[in-house]
Amino acid sequence: MSGAGLSARKKRRKWLGDFIFLNLTRFFALLTLLTLAGIIISLFVTAWPSIQKFGFAFLWTSEWNPPKENFGALIPIYGTIVTSIIALVIAVPVSFGIALFLTELSPGWLRRPLGIAIELLAGIPSIVYGMWGLLVFSPIFAQAQPLLKATLGNVPLIGKLFQGPALGIGILCAGVILAIMVIPFVASVMRDVFDVTPPMLKESAYALGSTTWEVVWNVVLPYTKVGVIGGIMLGLGRALGETMAVTFVIGNTNFLNSASLFDPGNSITSALANEFAEAGQGLHTAALIELGLILFLITFVILAMSKLLLLRLSSGEGSKT
Amino acid sequence: MQLRYKRKLVNVVALMLSLSAMAFGLFWLIWILFTTFQLGISGLSWDLLTKMTPPPGGQGGLANAIAGSLLMVALATLIGTPIGILTGVYLAEYGAKTLLGQTTRFINDILLSAPSIVIGLFVYAIIVARVGNFSAYSGVIALALIVIPVVVRTTENMLLLIPNTLREAAFALGAQRWKVITQVTLRASSAGILTGILLAVARIAGETAPLLFTALSNQFWSMDLNEPMANLPVTIFKFAMSPYTDWQQLAWAGVFLITMSVLALNILARVLFRDQSSR
Repeated sequence: MSGAGLSARKKRRKWLGDFIFLNLTRFFALLTLLTLAGIIISLFVTAWPSIQKFGFAFLWTSEWNPPKENFGALIPIYGTIVTSIIALVIAVPVSFGIALFLTELSPGWLRRPLGIAIELLAGIPSIVYGMWGLLVFSPIFAQAQPLLKATLGNVPLIGKLFQGPALGIGILCAGVILAIMVIPFVASVMRDVFDVTPPMLKESAYALGSTTWEVVWNVVLPYTKVGVIGGIMLGLGRALGETMAVTFVIGNTNFLNSASLFDPGNSITSALANEFAEAGQGLHTAALIELGLILFLITFVILAMSKLLLLRLSSGEGSKT
Repeated sequence: MQLRYKRKLVNVVALMLSLSAMAFGLFWLIWILFTTFQLGISGLSWDLLTKMTPPPGGQGGLANAIAGSLLMVALATLIGTPIGILTGVYLAEYGAKTLLGQTTRFINDILLSAPSIVIGLFVYAIIVARVGNFSAYSGVIALALIVIPVVVRTTENMLLLIPNTLREAAFALGAQRWKVITQVTLRASSAGILTGILLAVARIAGETAPLLFTALSNQFWSMDLNEPMANLPVTIFKFAMSPYTDWQQLAWAGVFLITMSVLALNILARVLFRDQSSR
């Protein structure tokens, strides 16, 4: 009977090993979830003094006055949103072009190296973009600004956006640098979703005599629409949360005098990066943390939407094949 | 006839635009790399690696910042990698269809793209604000939190690439599940997971924002984890924003070092993964 006892013990040991490993991995999976909850809760708690004092008016008050302890987030929020919109306006068409090139035009042997080159652009740390933007790009950009003013500045409606002194740094410059940073993210998502299109669909369209452009515009794009939007949202999420590149070139002022994009401004992230170390414990820190909380909630919603859209595309793909 | 020419014209114009978009993307990559090389290489010297960060106008190097960065990145990778791998194992092997697994996967993908500055604020709120001073270990934790989602994602993807027949073969031999995972599937996907770790290291090597609220910076040599510690990104930030040309010169050298290591890691990761997938 000792044999049976041994095998029972062995069985228990077997069971124990699995039990431990399963729960170990499950514990860490749970930890990832808790991190998210922890981020939201801890930011909320730390920002509480500011939330309590300013309430919702925090979102649309433009005064940011640390000595008087009066804080409103309008200018940083405006800066964050406007720079991200500029970034997307530039990055979306360019990324579409790159994805089109990589999936339809490029010769086979060039696809991989070019794809890697674009991905390397995504790998460059943001501080490099920032420093390059401040010391190399913005002086050159300042030369180009009068040109923009002379052309786009005369167009009714959007003309107001291109006025004022050409400083180089400012909201527009930050938007352009952000665009360069976002392009690789959007382009590689677009490339991946374009690749998902069944070759059969494309070949049928080609067989009917469509041009490459017509295939992409009328077959590939409608098929991958959801994924393309997901990719754009991913880029938007990146642009909203980007810190260093923006901090270097946005100009960091808390005044907003005109609608011009040439003006320096501030974004949520640049306000945090610049003021946090100097802010004493108290209302100033709490207000800054509240800015961070707002940023996190916005990006969370955007990224979640992006993820859901991309999931929808891949599940659709699964059901069709 | 008319329509045909119009369609052809539209096609050619669109393809030209696509080509120029590609050129536009490459143009920035080349310009940024060129500047980094041009301004960075001239700043390279022995002093850069051996001397401390100088006061304005003084002579010096980046020794303390380089050492601090290496130490923090290494520690963060050591902490983040096992957690990431175990979570990835759960997602791929145990909890693929469970509610916990699906939620974790979703949240992990969001954390992957979440603004790193918020991670810094989080660590500030739970550690720095409590303890009362900036410290290197809070920086390490912030960086580790950035490592985890990257490693989780690649681990899960790599494990899912392993054919089920391999698992079934091991089960048929009577192996327990955890033995199958640790000795068969994890081992088979080790190169892929290593790729993920390298990409994670590349990602945190240049991270600045989370360190601003945690490790801060230090003008002096310090390897004490309870003290603020110098690191390359924050030092570059400080030096590049300053009006002093000596500091800016050092910042360019620092940027050169970071860019080169990040690019090298990225390329190494791709080469590794390629070897693995072609085998």
